[in-house]
Amino acid sequence: MNIQLNGKPQTTTASTLAQLLTEAGFGSKTIATAVNGSFVPLALRDTYELGNGDQIEILAPMQGG
Amino acid sequence: MRKFYGTTLANGLMLGTAQYPSPAILADAFQRSGASVATVSLRRESGADRAGQDFWALVQDLGVRVLPNTAGCHSVKEAVTTAHMAREVFGTKWIKLEIIGESDTLQPDVFGLVEAARILAEDGFQVFPYTTEDLVVADRLLNAGCQVLMPWGAPIGSGKGLNNLFGLRAMRAHFPDVPLVIDAGLGLPSQAAQAMELGFDAVLLNTAVAKAGDPAQMAEAFAAAIFAGRLAAEADPMEPRDMAAPSTPVIGKAFLS
Repeated sequence: MNIQLNGKPQTTTASTLAQLLTEAGFGSKTIATAVNGSFVPLALRDTYELGNGDQIEILAPMQGG
Repeated sequence: MRKFYGTTLANGLMLGTAQYPSPAILADAFQRSGASVATVSLRRESGADRAGQDFWALVQDLGVRVLPNTAGCHSVKEAVTTAHMAREVFGTKWIKLEIIGESDTLQPDVFGLVEAARILAEDGFQVFPYTTEDLVVADRLLNAGCQVLMPWGAPIGSGKGLNNLFGLRAMRAHFPDVPLVIDAGLGLPSQAAQAMELGFDAVLLNTAVAKAGDPAQMAEAFAAAIFAGRLAAEADPMEPRDMAAPSTPVIGKAFLS
């Protein structure tokens, strides 16, 4: 299916958010996720099913003021 | 000293982590200043990139409290979602709530701020709202569940100091029990000392330190100014007066003319 990962179009075979994170190389990284503008907590990533056209945001710690 | 959601901070310096010349200089600035809080943020990262992971490891090594922000958010929904993501990543209920309403001044959207603060407070967050010195907005934020207020000194990154002394003084007087933090706009340690002398509990700054020629030394200078300002506030400063008053006793002065 076709998705947007951090703003970039991408094709994936992953059916869940957790599978997508593994596929994209996030593994055990400290990150937070949102799909279509809504927060998806860590505990729900395994069961969160992706759909065609989903917009996925993966955020990591960054410098801030 | 007033507590921040039940937490007593070792000092009144909350220091940002952005714009430093290098991670080593960032760490040095925290070590030399002894800042008690580090502000952090969230941004996109690719699977191959490690910048965010390395940064987080560095911050954890600093041994300070972390205050995640919602910097760059322009809507309630964006800020609330970012806050939830930050709580999971950083493992803290503290959130510096920032909703920008105007791009030239980076002035907070106080209407969205109150709405987002209520949503987050009801969800268990401990909200540090980046606001103006407006007393009505401050009152609404407290009613929404905030127990700390963070009025701006001047626009973010401007280095102009305390632009509205009257308003900030009024805020301190109006909310004597609420922890107040000057957030943004400071450029020099003397301005931080002034904020503390007014009775503020802390200052939050970033650019003034990170963009100094020697960030670590400037951080130390701010820490010293904050310490001096707090001591002065606790010492109950004299009231200014319009006319001179001799400090040397005139009684017993010799007649020599």
